[in-house]
Amino acid sequence: MSGTNGSTRPRDVLVAMSGGVDSSVAAALLVSEGYNVVGVTLKLWGGLGDSGCCSVADVEDARRVAQQLSIDHHVFNFGDDFNRFVVDPYVADHQSGRTPNPCVECNRHIKFDKLFRRADALGFDLVATGHHARIVTSTDGRRWIGRGADAGKDQSYVLHMLDQTQLGRLLFPVGELTKDRVRALADELGLRTANKPDSQDVCFIHSVGGRQVFLGDRIPLRPAVVVDDAGAEVGTLESIEVVTLGQRRGLNVGGNPDRRYVTDIDHQAARVTIGPRRDLLVEAQRVENVDWAHQPVHGPCRVQCSAHGSVRVGRIEAGERPDRVIVVWDQPQQLVAVGQSMVFYRRHGGPDRDGTALDGTALDDTVLGGGVAAAVVASNGR
Amino acid sequence: MSHYLDYAATTPVRAEAVEAMLPILTENFGNPSGAHLLARAANQVVDESRERLAGALGCQPGEIVFTAGGTEADNLAITGAVEGRGGRPAGLAVCSAIEHHAVLDPVEHLGGAVVAVGADGRIDLEDLRRTLTSQAGSGGTVAVVSVMLANNEVGAIQPISEVAAITRELAPGALVHTDAVQALCWLDVASLTAEADLVSISGHKFGAPKGVGALVVRERAEAGSKLVPLIKGGGQERGRRGGTHNVAGIAALAVAAELTVAERAEQVERVTKLRDRLADGIAASVDGAIETGDRRTKTANICHFCFEGIESEALLFLLERADIMASAASSCSSGAMEPSHVLTAMGFDRAMAFGSLRLSLGYASTDDDVDAVLAAIGPAVERLRERG
Repeated sequence: MSGTNGSTRPRDVLVAMSGGVDSSVAAALLVSEGYNVVGVTLKLWGGLGDSGCCSVADVEDARRVAQQLSIDHHVFNFGDDFNRFVVDPYVADHQSGRTPNPCVECNRHIKFDKLFRRADALGFDLVATGHHARIVTSTDGRRWIGRGADAGKDQSYVLHMLDQTQLGRLLFPVGELTKDRVRALADELGLRTANKPDSQDVCFIHSVGGRQVFLGDRIPLRPAVVVDDAGAEVGTLESIEVVTLGQRRGLNVGGNPDRRYVTDIDHQAARVTIGPRRDLLVEAQRVENVDWAHQPVHGPCRVQCSAHGSVRVGRIEAGERPDRVIVVWDQPQQLVAVGQSMVFYRRHGGPDRDGTALDGTALDDTVLGGGVAAAVVASNGR
Repeated sequence: MSHYLDYAATTPVRAEAVEAMLPILTENFGNPSGAHLLARAANQVVDESRERLAGALGCQPGEIVFTAGGTEADNLAITGAVEGRGGRPAGLAVCSAIEHHAVLDPVEHLGGAVVAVGADGRIDLEDLRRTLTSQAGSGGTVAVVSVMLANNEVGAIQPISEVAAITRELAPGALVHTDAVQALCWLDVASLTAEADLVSISGHKFGAPKGVGALVVRERAEAGSKLVPLIKGGGQERGRRGGTHNVAGIAALAVAAELTVAERAEQVERVTKLRDRLADGIAASVDGAIETGDRRTKTANICHFCFEGIESEALLFLLERADIMASAASSCSSGAMEPSHVLTAMGFDRAMAFGSLRLSLGYASTDDDVDAVLAAIGPAVERLRERG
C-alpha cells in the first residue's frame, strides 16, 4: 500500500475508528504509509449497550488515539439510519421468527453505504476500517475479499456483500496482521487502546438483559411451549422470539442433553420442538438474496454459516434467479436458521469456476458471494 | 486564514482582560478571604470588580454572586429557588422550551413545567399564563419562572418584562430568572432585565475567560433569602456560593463586561450589517435555505439556517475545509443523537433540524469572514445534496 498512488498528491482516507485497538492501529498504519488520514467515529446507538462502538468512553478513546497520531477526528451521527436499517429490521426479524445478522446489515447499509457516500461527498479518495480481512486482486484485475491473516479473527464473513466499486475504494490495513501483532503495534505506539478487550456480540444489546429484555421493550413477547420429538410437552419458555434453531441452552428442560436441540420452531403456534441433533441434519439448503462478488458461481465451494463457524463443503446449484441458489452438502449438515448469513468461499486450491486464472495462493478462500439462509428444501428424517 | 464564526459558543479573551489577569496570576496571588496584605490586595480586586460589573449590569454590587460560569449560575437560580429554605421545597420551576440545557435540565430534573414557544422562537405568553393559572388552580406554588433573554441557537429575544408582569400577577411569590448569557454583547441587559429577580451571565461569551460568571440576586425581591446555595463552603459571597474566589477570572469578567457594554451600540450596528449581508447572501445563493426566527426579534450576531436535504455535520466538515469554524446548533449538542430541542420546539421536523447551521458573529468579525462563508456555502450544500 502507498499513500500517494504514484502521484505527488497524498491520498485522502477516512478511517472509521470505533475506539477499539484494530481501527486505532489501522489509522496508525495509514499515517505511516503517507496517506492524509482523518478519523471518524460513528454514533449509531444512543441506548444501553456495553460491547458496542459508540459509548462516550469509546468516542473518547478514538479521539485520544487520533490526537496521538496527529490526525483530525470527527463524530458522525448515523443513529437514524442505524435504527432504520439495522435495529428495526432486527426486531422485525425476531418477531417473524427469523434469526437476523445485524452486523452484516450494519456493514451493508451504514459502514459501506452511508459512510461511503459521506466520504465521497466530503472529498475522500478512500475509506478504511479495522476489519480483519484482505482485498486481493486476481490476474484479470478483479478484486475479491480474502480472509484476514489471523484465521481466528477473520471478518470476511460479515463483509461478503462488498462490490467492486466499494472494494476499489476500501482499505483494511490490519488484515495482513495477526491480532497479537496489532496489539503489539498499539503498545509500541503507546496507544491507549492497546489492551482494550475485543468487542463481543451485538453492539446494541446489553449483556445483562440480553435479547429478551431488548426485544421485550419493543415488541410483545409470546410464551412458547416446548415439546419433544414425540410431541409430548416438556416445558415452557418466556418468549418464542429469542429461540433459534439448533439452540441447546436456556430451554429450561431436563432429560438427555443429547436430545435437547431445538429442531423446529412453529412460530405461528408458539411451539418449539426439541430432539437429537440428527433431526437438524439436512442434505441441502436454500439461500436467498445472494450478492455475488462478480457473476454467479456454481459448483464446489466452501460455506461459512456463522461469524466464527467452521467451514462446510458442498456445491452451489443454480436457483430460479441469480440471487437464489441451493447448496447441496457433501455430508448432511445442521440446518441453518432462516435469516443467518451463508457466505461462499472459493474451494481451497480448487479450480476457479468462472475461468479466472488463480494468482498463486492468494485467491484461496476468497469470497465468491453470500446470502441468507431460507427454508429447507431437503432433509433427513422429516 | 481561519474564519471564526462561533462567537455564541465562546469568544477570544480580550487583550484588556488578559492584562487585568496577569498580575493576579503572578505577584498579586493572595486569597481574598484572608487577612494579610496580599489577601487584602486580592480582596480589593474582587470588591472593585464587583462594583464595575454591577455598573455594567445595572444592579447593586451586593447583588452579584460570582460563579464558575453560566451553567452554575442557572443551576443556582433553579435548584436554589426550588429547594427552599428549611428543608421544604418552595414549589415548581417553570421555564420555556427553548432554554439552554443549563436551565432545562434542572427544571426537568425537579419535575417542573415547560412552556411552549412560537415558530419565531419566542415564548408563547398565553401558554405561560395557562401554565401558571393551572398551577395556582391545583393549589401548587411556583418557586421560579425562568425565561432566557436571548436564545443561544437562533438568537430569539424574549420579552422578559412581560414574563415578569405575568408572573407577578399569577404567581406572586415566584422568582423571575433570566439567563442573559448570550445577551450582554447585543442587548441592553441592564434595562431589559430590570424586572427579573435573578440574572445569569457568563464571562467567556463576551471576552473574559471560561470558568467565570455571575448570578445577579436582587435584594428588593428578597431573592437572596429564598435561594439555597448549591455550593456550600467557606462562606464566600455572603454564604450564597462557597469556594475561594477566581480572582483573576473575576477581574477579567469585570473588565470585559465594562468594555462590552461601552462598545455595544457601535458593535450592534456594525455586526447587524455583517449578519444581514451574510444571511441575505445565503438566502439568495442556496436553494431550500430556511432562515430561522425573525430578524426584528433576534440578536444582531446570529445567522441561523436550516437546509433541506443535508446533514449539518457534513456541511460543517466542508466549511472547515474552507477554514470556517461554525456550529450546527449549540456547541454542547455536537455529536448528539437527537436534533436541537430549540428547533423542535419551533416546529421544525427532524430532518430539517438535523440540517441546521449557526453562524454567530462577534466583536472581531469582519467582512472577510462573511465573504468566506458566502463563497463556500453554496458549493458545499450543492455537493452534499448531490452525493451525500
